[in-house]
Amino acid sequence: MRGDQTSGRGVVIDVLQDLLAANNQVAAHNREHFDEHGVLAINLMSSPGAGKTALLEATIVALRDRYRIAVIEGDLETDNDAARIRAHGVPAIQITTGTACHLDAHLVHRALHDLPLTGLDLLFIENVGNLVCPASFDLGQHRNVTLLSVTEGDDKPAKYPVIFRASDLVVLSKADLLDVLEDFDPARAAAALRALGRDTPMIHTAARRIPAIGPWLDWLEQELGAWRPVAQSPRSMIASVGA
Amino acid sequence: MRTHGPLRLCVGVHTRTRPRLTIRSVHELSVCQALLTQVAEIAAGRGARVVERITIEVGPLCGVEPALLARAFAIARAGGCAAEAALSIESTSVTVSCVGCGAQSQPKPNRLICAVCGGFRTRVVAGDELRLRRVELRMPESESPVS
Repeated sequence: MRGDQTSGRGVVIDVLQDLLAANNQVAAHNREHFDEHGVLAINLMSSPGAGKTALLEATIVALRDRYRIAVIEGDLETDNDAARIRAHGVPAIQITTGTACHLDAHLVHRALHDLPLTGLDLLFIENVGNLVCPASFDLGQHRNVTLLSVTEGDDKPAKYPVIFRASDLVVLSKADLLDVLEDFDPARAAAALRALGRDTPMIHTAARRIPAIGPWLDWLEQELGAWRPVAQSPRSMIASVGA
Repeated sequence: MRTHGPLRLCVGVHTRTRPRLTIRSVHELSVCQALLTQVAEIAAGRGARVVERITIEVGPLCGVEPALLARAFAIARAGGCAAEAALSIESTSVTVSCVGCGAQSQPKPNRLICAVCGGFRTRVVAGDELRLRRVELRMPESESPVS
């Protein structure tokens, strides 16, 4: 806090404090938990129906013999996504957010009480489907991944700059549909992403029918390798991103 | 947006007042609650029971919409020490610094490349603020402010 100015019975107090300071504090605490247990935590974000759960299912099938994986699922009303994950033999904790449009660090912290981290390698936090609200709340994750399905508009990074700017990786999901979708131009999506001032990588995946998620698995392996030797310093969703 | 029906809030907060407009699932309400918690702590620390004005800084890249925040504030402030407080929102503009040429420019929020050299590697130096700037308190008649 800065200085006070007093006039009559009124007092003016200069504060200059982040409005999300309380959330960021809990997020840092969550991150300490992940670091202590050597767990890489990835926050998966997208609009509804972009294929977050389908990508996770294909990822679990591909990696479960080599890595121990768990999932925290954020969903407005149902347990459906967590049930899909559990069907693959992986622990999944459901956070039913009711009408809440995003996960926050407190909700994730509460979920961690039901999820033993010991022995885990990789924790996915599947955020609520929404390209606006999740962008403002640090959960304690190490990496942000945003899915952009090719059934959406290729100008989404220009429409939702906050979330795409906060992303460490953008996944063009349902890419097997590109052949039949004339409207979506991956080059335009890449240009819109690049215009946000960051060199964020963009990869293609297809998780249904014949899964083709090689570039995604490569990225995960690379991040697991890069992250393990040293713990990450705290990051804020908003403040620490940049070149 | 419906004008009647149940109030659906971001994090399950219930107020006794009946708002004229329904706010459906906006994170601005979560932000408001965090704001009001901070303000209540500051007021309590100074021995003030009434908050007259709250000033915040909101940048275009913080992910919070000032107009929605103002409406959420009108609902969330009910019942506390800021129940009659005014909210002043100071909107900041985006400034980026180019990693390549070092120039600073003021681009649009969705086009953060350097306006001088066109480089796409930039650092945002302003425009992502979401900060409590100032609180104006009214002190009780008989007491002087705690410093």
